[in-house]
Amino acid sequence: MYQYDEIDQKIVDERVEQYRDQTNRYLAGEIPEAEFLPIRLQNGLYVQRHAPMLRVAVPYGMLTSERLYKLADIADDYDKGYVHFSTRQNVQYNWPELEQVPDILAELATVQMHAIQTSGNCIRNTTTDEFAGIAKGEVADPRPWCEIIRQWSTFHPEFAYLPRKFKIAVNSRTDLDRAAIAVHDIGLQLVKNDAGELGFKVFVGGGMGRTPIIGSLVNEFLPWQHLLTYLDAVLRVYNLNGRRDNKYKARIKILVKALGTEAFAEKVAEEWAHLKDGPGTLTQDEVDRVSKFFIDPAYEQLADEEPAAVTALRQEKAGFDRWVTRNTMDHRVPGYCAVTLSLKKVGVAPGDATSAQMRAAAKLAEEFSFAELRVSHYQNIILTDVKKSDLPALWEAAKANGFATPTVGTLADMICCPGGDFCALANARSIPVAEAIQAKFDDMDYLYDLGDLDLNISGCMNACGHHHVGNIGILGVDKKGREFYQVTIGGESGGVNNEPSIGKIIGPSFEAEEIPNVIEKLLNVFVAQRHEGELFIDVVRRIGVQPFKEAAYADADQ
Amino acid sequence: MPTLINNLGELTNEQFVRVDGNELPSEGNLLLSVEQWQANREQLSGRTIGVWLKSDEFAEQIAADLEKLALVAIEFPKFADGRGYSTARLLRERYQFAGPVRAIGDVLLDQLQYMHRCGFDQFELRDDQKVENAVKTLNYFSEAYQTSVERPDPLFRRRA
Repeated sequence: MYQYDEIDQKIVDERVEQYRDQTNRYLAGEIPEAEFLPIRLQNGLYVQRHAPMLRVAVPYGMLTSERLYKLADIADDYDKGYVHFSTRQNVQYNWPELEQVPDILAELATVQMHAIQTSGNCIRNTTTDEFAGIAKGEVADPRPWCEIIRQWSTFHPEFAYLPRKFKIAVNSRTDLDRAAIAVHDIGLQLVKNDAGELGFKVFVGGGMGRTPIIGSLVNEFLPWQHLLTYLDAVLRVYNLNGRRDNKYKARIKILVKALGTEAFAEKVAEEWAHLKDGPGTLTQDEVDRVSKFFIDPAYEQLADEEPAAVTALRQEKAGFDRWVTRNTMDHRVPGYCAVTLSLKKVGVAPGDATSAQMRAAAKLAEEFSFAELRVSHYQNIILTDVKKSDLPALWEAAKANGFATPTVGTLADMICCPGGDFCALANARSIPVAEAIQAKFDDMDYLYDLGDLDLNISGCMNACGHHHVGNIGILGVDKKGREFYQVTIGGESGGVNNEPSIGKIIGPSFEAEEIPNVIEKLLNVFVAQRHEGELFIDVVRRIGVQPFKEAAYADADQ
Repeated sequence: MPTLINNLGELTNEQFVRVDGNELPSEGNLLLSVEQWQANREQLSGRTIGVWLKSDEFAEQIAADLEKLALVAIEFPKFADGRGYSTARLLRERYQFAGPVRAIGDVLLDQLQYMHRCGFDQFELRDDQKVENAVKTLNYFSEAYQTSVERPDPLFRRRA
């Protein structure tokens, strides 16, 4: 885990004092609302349906127990005792007071956290695979690169007033992509060239929102030394040429599309020719300095086989067996695994956690996982370094704290934005739809039989719930003041075979009550049509949307 | 008269007169649009002339003329239009312009430090801005990670 030195700390502390001063000037009437807007947004503060919402960055998803305790304290002291884990590895408070936000930021700074650039038309929190550093088959650990990008993007003076928001994600494994880099403004894939040198494949102009699109490959191999100067070049081309006349056409994806990938890449190359080998060129010293924060914890030497006691308990208790099957993940170190603490308990908004749960998770991390945790874009918490022999004890503790819902990766492990219950942008509520789906599909055997299936729900076009890349996507739309839901199928963020795709709309939208039945009909087609070993996404890709569409609208035609 | 300050937050008084139309005054420092400059540059030889760029005009449009210019101003039609930050860096870093680079238009206290880091050294503040706060807002941060005009070496080259 990266640790701030005095300079990093000073930068964050100075930010707190800057924002305190700006808040005071705003409250004194010296800064008008419209001019305070980007200031508060770049400090994480939205004004929401009921109250402000503060989005705190969890850079590339890494947390410590200390930080999670602090987040829990803030939830109790400044909010209503719970938080929402977002789909971009951030933590959101739904009820802070605008006047108290500087104090909250000061509290965060004491544990090396911040809300810098978590909103606004600037470079946002950089994200990566939630299993970075422990997954098998990584080209290299993506976390040092994320931290290097974090520092480069933090208070970048040239790119604080971009045409629109800008999101960067880094992936390392080549066989799958849990960071969904294909739907980011810049997606960076770590690769090695034939000479074994490390670099990045650079994709630009992917995104969701109103115009979902897969990013274009603009650089086949960018040597690591040039990462930051190349990012500067991409951002400068965008800053100068991106559309500013229409916010719905302002993302870099629209520019890449308008110019064409080749012309865009050419423009970037021209710009980069001036910056390449300049002072922004990364040094081995800096990469080494940052990398040493991401070395292995003190792993024990263990056998890789499942301990006999674990095997015995799996045979004895079906619930434990299910939990181990779905909620644990292979680790590159023998005898260890990663454990997902599910935040998808039926009846609770997906991704919500109470302060008691946060403290419990922090304590479990201290007890079982070197006091480190991750947050995932699936809106769960992960303990990355758990000894397999500890699984029975951890299972009991997870159950006691409401973390043991054994549905990770299944239909019930939905990605869901806060929706119209909280968000001022939303067209429709998303949480009640998620709950209705969870309630209908509560038969674990059925869920397991369906296998891995991403079901993603967004309350509006902005696509915070990543509906475009859900194998099944649900989008809330407003029709004459009433909530309706559009269904897409065939989306995929890259977690399966690293083949990202945007979902296709199956037809006219549905009323909320119809959604669970529609999903059942889609699943019936899948179950009837699947070949041995096929997942839902595989079947959609093989047979196309039509059979699903026919089934979903069968009743309506009668 | 708008308030003009330098990068230390001090009032300065280097007046350049903006002119409408094609009739240019025969004396005094002028601040011309790119079109005005291009139409009149031969006859202005020897005069103290600045050119102002609109936010959609690029530094390269005047790159060849920079030696003849006493000042370049960059307009911010809205403070949230960030093109001028890149334009200023290009003037400084690519085209090596050493004269004053002035921010004009919707220039607010809270953007001054980023502007300064991108190479601006004069700021024509919008009328309602409290100039006495400029020293503070120009210096909210004492360190920065990136390479910039103000400090070309990024932090990673300066860390002990």
